[in-house]
Amino acid sequence: MPDWSNVRADFPILHQQVNGHPLVYLDNGATSQKPRSVIDALVRYYERDNSNVHRGLHALSTRATDAYEGARTRIAKFINAADPAEVLFTRGTTESINIVARSWGHAHLKPGDVVLTTEFEHHSNLVPWQQAAKAAGATLKYVPLLGADGEGGLDLAALDKLLTPQVKLFAFTHISNTLGTINPVAELCRKARAVGAVTVIDAAQSIGHRPLDVQQIGCDFLAFSGHKMCGPTGIGVLYGRRALLDKLAPDETGGGMVAQVTYEGATWKPAPERFEAGTPNVADAIALGAACDYLDALGRDKIAAHDTALVTIAMEKLSALPGIRIIGPKQGAERSSMVSFAFEGVHAHDVVTFADEDGIALRGGHHCNQPLMRKLGLTSTTRASFYLYNTEEEIDRLVKSLQRIQKFFAG
Amino acid sequence: MQDLTDLYQSVILDHNRRPRNRGKLPTANRVAHGDNPSCGDQCTVYLRLDGDRIGDISFEGSGCAISQASSSLMTLNLKGKTVPEAEAIYADVHKLVTTGKVDENNLSDLAALAGVHQFPARIKCATLGWHAALNAAKGDPITATTETHKD
Repeated sequence: MPDWSNVRADFPILHQQVNGHPLVYLDNGATSQKPRSVIDALVRYYERDNSNVHRGLHALSTRATDAYEGARTRIAKFINAADPAEVLFTRGTTESINIVARSWGHAHLKPGDVVLTTEFEHHSNLVPWQQAAKAAGATLKYVPLLGADGEGGLDLAALDKLLTPQVKLFAFTHISNTLGTINPVAELCRKARAVGAVTVIDAAQSIGHRPLDVQQIGCDFLAFSGHKMCGPTGIGVLYGRRALLDKLAPDETGGGMVAQVTYEGATWKPAPERFEAGTPNVADAIALGAACDYLDALGRDKIAAHDTALVTIAMEKLSALPGIRIIGPKQGAERSSMVSFAFEGVHAHDVVTFADEDGIALRGGHHCNQPLMRKLGLTSTTRASFYLYNTEEEIDRLVKSLQRIQKFFAG
Repeated sequence: MQDLTDLYQSVILDHNRRPRNRGKLPTANRVAHGDNPSCGDQCTVYLRLDGDRIGDISFEGSGCAISQASSSLMTLNLKGKTVPEAEAIYADVHKLVTTGKVDENNLSDLAALAGVHQFPARIKCATLGWHAALNAAKGDPITATTETHKD
C-alpha cells in the first residue's frame, strides 16, 4: 500500500502516548481527527474575523459573511450541488434528517402513506421517521438486510415489491456505520423516483471517505456531519434539491430567516436562509470549508483507495483470529473502512477496555443500531474504523492486542 | 491508567466464564429487568420471595465481564437473605465499587469488585444486576435503568 505516513504530521493529536503507548486511533466511524489547517481556520476566524453575519455593515461582518457564504459555496462544490443555496448548515446529520422528517413530513405525509427505510439505519435515520410516520398516521416499512451476518446487503428484490405508489419517502444510509456495507445509492434513488418517492440519504459515513456527487446520485436530500470528515463538531449539512426546498416551510423560525414581519405574521426568505434561523455556527462552517480543501488536496479517490487497502488487510488479519464473528460484507467483498466483530466469550466493552490499555481507541456497543443488533442475535460488537492517517502497522498493533485479550479471557 | 488486573481479578473472570444461578427461575414470583441504554447491557432477575426472605434467585442477560460477574456474585450473596439484609449488603457493595473501601470484612468474595472504583465508567456495569434484584425483592417489578438511577 502507498506510504501515507507523512499525512500523520498534519494531525497534531496523533502524536501522543496513551497509557504508555503511541496512540492508535481506530474510532473514525465515531469522529475523525482534525488536521492543522482546520484547527488554524478556527483560530484565524476567532482571532481576526469574528463577527455576526449577514446584517452587519462593518468590515469584520463583511469578512465573516464572505467567509461563511464562501464555505457554503465550497461545500456545494464538494458535493457537486447545482446551487450553493441547496446547502443548508445544520448541527450535523441528526439535525439535518430531523428537519426533513419534521418539515417535509408534516407537509406531505398523510394517513395511509408509507415511509420506507432499511433494517440497518443508524438511530438518527430511523427514530425521526418513526416519529414522522406516527404523527401523520403513516406506516414505516423496512427493506430487509440479507444474510445471517448481514453480509448480503439490502434485499433489492424485496425493495422492488415494497416500492409501491404509497411510498412517499425512502430514507437510507450510504454506508452502514456498523456493517460497513456500501449501498448502491444511485440505483436506490432511481428506483424510488420511479414511484415518485422523495429520497433522503444519510451520508455521515461516506462524505469524508470517497468522492460524492449529489447530481450523479440523484437524491432529493442528503445529510452529513462535519466532524467525521476532518471538520469540527457542531456543524453539518442538509443538502436539498432547490425545487423541494422552495416549497418547504421552515422548521425553526426567528431572526435571519424572515423577509417581512408584521404584528400579524411573517414571510420567509428563500433557501438557504429560510432554514437557518438565528446566528449560525459561522466559525465551524468556515472550518468545514477548510476540511473540504484538505480532503480534496489529498484526493478523495486516493483516500478511498487507502481506505480499501487498509480494510482489506484488516479483514485478512482479523478473520484469522479464532472465535471471531465479523458482521457485514465477507472477506473479498466491497466494504467501507471499518470492521465490526464479536468475540466468542469476550464482551465488546471488555475488548475496548483492554485495547485502551494498549493505547488503541476502538468502539464497543450497539453503535446506535439496536434493532440491527437484535436481528443479528447480538447485543454489541467491537468496531475498528480506519481513516486516511491509519497505517498497516496500526492494524498489526490491533491484532496483537486482540490476541492478548483472547488469551487473557481464555484463562 | 490503573492496572487492568485490579479490575479483572480472578474471581471476576471465573464468574464471567461460569456464571452461577444463570437462567430463568421456574418458581419465581418476582421478576425485574434492568438495562443500560448507553451500552446495551441487559439483566433480568428472577426471584422467589418466601415471606420477607429471598428463597431463590437467578439472573439472565448480557453484558461485559464486570456486569456478568457482579450479577453472578449478587445471586450467591442475596440468596436466603431478608429484604432489609439484601439492602444492607447492596449499600456495602455500592460503597465498595464507588470508593474501593469496605467497612466490614463480611463482603468476602464481593471484595473482588473493589477494583471497579478505579474505573468510574464501569460502576454502572457492576450495579445493574443489584438494582434489578432489589426492585424485584421490593415488589417493584419495573425496569431498572441506569439512566434513571445513579449508581
